[in-house]
Amino acid sequence: MSALTTPAAILPNRPGPMGRVSDFLWKHPHVLLAILLGPPVLWLGVIYLGSLFALLLQSFFSIDDFSGLINYEFTLATYRQLLSDANFDIIVRTVTMAATVTLFSALIAFPIAYYAARYAKGKWKAVFYLGIMLPLWSSYLVKIYAWKLILAKEGILTWAFTKLHLLWVLDGWLALPIIGGNSLSVSYTGTFLVFVYVWMPFMILPIQAALERVPGNLIEASSDLGGTPQQTFRHVLFPLALPGIVAGSIFTFSLTLGDYIIPQIVGSSRLFIGQAVYAQQGTAGNIPLAAAFTVVPIVIMGLYLFMAKRMGAFDAL
Amino acid sequence: MTAAVLFENVSRHFGAVKAVDAVDLEIAAGEFFAMLGPSGSGKTTCLRLMAGFEQPTHGHIEIFGETAEGVPPYRRSVNTVFQDYALFPHLSILDNVAYGLMVKGIGKEDRRKAAEDALAMVKLPGYGQRRPGQLSGGQRQRVALARALVNKPKVLLLDEPLGALDLKLREQMQEELKSLQKSLGITFVFVTHDQGEALSMADRIAVFNDGKIQQLGTPEDIYKRPQTRFVADFVGSSNVLSSATCAKLGVAAKAASLRPEAIAIGTSWAEQLSLPGTVTARSFLGATNRISIDCSGEKIIVASPAAMPVPDIGAAVQLAFSRNDLHLMEEA
Ligand SMILES: Nc1ncnc2c1ncn2[C@@H]1O[C@H](COP(=O)(O)OP(=O)(O)OP(=O)(O)O)[C@@H](O)[C@H]1O
Ligand SMILES: [Mg+2]
Repeated sequence: MSALTTPAAILPNRPGPMGRVSDFLWKHPHVLLAILLGPPVLWLGVIYLGSLFALLLQSFFSIDDFSGLINYEFTLATYRQLLSDANFDIIVRTVTMAATVTLFSALIAFPIAYYAARYAKGKWKAVFYLGIMLPLWSSYLVKIYAWKLILAKEGILTWAFTKLHLLWVLDGWLALPIIGGNSLSVSYTGTFLVFVYVWMPFMILPIQAALERVPGNLIEASSDLGGTPQQTFRHVLFPLALPGIVAGSIFTFSLTLGDYIIPQIVGSSRLFIGQAVYAQQGTAGNIPLAAAFTVVPIVIMGLYLFMAKRMGAFDAL
Repeated sequence: MTAAVLFENVSRHFGAVKAVDAVDLEIAAGEFFAMLGPSGSGKTTCLRLMAGFEQPTHGHIEIFGETAEGVPPYRRSVNTVFQDYALFPHLSILDNVAYGLMVKGIGKEDRRKAAEDALAMVKLPGYGQRRPGQLSGGQRQRVALARALVNKPKVLLLDEPLGALDLKLREQMQEELKSLQKSLGITFVFVTHDQGEALSMADRIAVFNDGKIQQLGTPEDIYKRPQTRFVADFVGSSNVLSSATCAKLGVAAKAASLRPEAIAIGTSWAEQLSLPGTVTARSFLGATNRISIDCSGEKIIVASPAAMPVPDIGAAVQLAFSRNDLHLMEEA
């Protein structure tokens, strides 16, 4: 027919060791899986989970108040100590902060993610990713200190409020109990603002990924069947974005629960869990109590995920 | 009587692509209207203009006498069966079907009943608790149908709603749809690639090509009297005879169409026209044999009943047909 030789229906083995290796792996996919997964599973299982388990174990020991040495006997004394008023306050404070930060992050992130997923094209998509990622490339400490300057009494925010003749709003806010303070940089409000800023990308990106996967024709179908934009949001868009929101909230929630630097630099001097862990294992040398404090976020996250699953947050997966 | 759907010189352009180009259309209330055309000819875009997902670049659209431009889809009593189903993946089949009733605020029990009835109608009773991901393509298509029908819209737009079904189920659903359309009095706008489906179901057919309507008429019109070479070719592959061949037959025309099944091989009576030719190919299609014949350079297809003898390839034959079956066309 043509000058080309027709190839055989079954090609011969490819020559060379690579050819043999790929033939072998094709016939034994489990070997390939073992090679790919072995090292990370070992790392995760032994080093990561192992050390976590060792830490948990520590929380069931106690410290001898007199000598300051660890008493390696199983006891719940440390947990009793954890639930004492002062320590329990720390837990409540941290969880409240983490929940508020998560809620507001989600509220701010959703419209941004929605715009990026539905409308941004080409150049604007690049601008979006750059805008989200750029803050992640600069040092965390630099950003926090920058915020301290912004929020300080002599900072740009106070200046802006003064120029806009809105200083009374700021002063009124700072006069509020608990969330107010001398200036934003030493108030819970300040801590909250910095948390929201720093964790925002971790909320936006998963929501954007979830929204990106919602086919446009589902929005059209809802509208076609008589769903107003609000109904479409409530019954179609939101449920389908929920796994992304939950994923983002896992980030913002757990990162806030564990952070000890932001509340140290911006905020009142009252402790958060991270700071308590830092103080207990460092200056106080109470490793068991430090360990018990770290158990708190783990348990809370476990409960959070359990409830999210119960409420059907992952049904759309 | 006001038309269900009225297009006046409607165009929808996407940049340089003229998806719908200067279309005039009037679909009567209660009519079963089919849109037939090759892929990319603008059928879906036409439906989207009716549903309100697209706005016309030019022209004017009315639905039951009311201006449709600028009216959002959720305010039109028009429902769509989407070409790609567009079922909600996070809802059960029952909730999918009941969605339109739910957003209209109909009570839980009523809409469950209506949705179950609709599912039974598309032969999927008891599938309500499944998720769309657990159904086959054809089952999803039927759910999409039930989801639109349950709302009893004034106009139902169906974008190839039976494309994923096997022949038997498709024929069943065709009958079901047709009788449903009759009993509910809903205006159907039905898009299909399948000319047989369009011919058997529709009251009227519009044949689309390149965003324009090539011909609009009853199935019989379209089938027997194609006005352009495109329609003749697309709908049941009519033969198109050139003006030279027409002249040989003693007919003056730019071109003429001739249906393959209107031609007999061999016998010709006095009142019939006849053409000599040579058999070049033949294939067995079940009920008929399809025979290609070369008539001095013009290829003519004959659909000969399977019971008739089949001439050998290379045999010289006489083609015979009645003058009434030869339809003159305005363009070549
Ligand atoms: N959003 C869009 N942007 C650009 N071009 C589009 C858009 N939608 C449709 N088109 C173009 O318009 C033309 C008509 O498309 P349409 O979907 O109406 O075809 P169709 O007749 O439904 O085809 P099929 O039978 O394959 O479904 C095509 O050339 C298509 O590429
Ligand atoms: Mg289409």
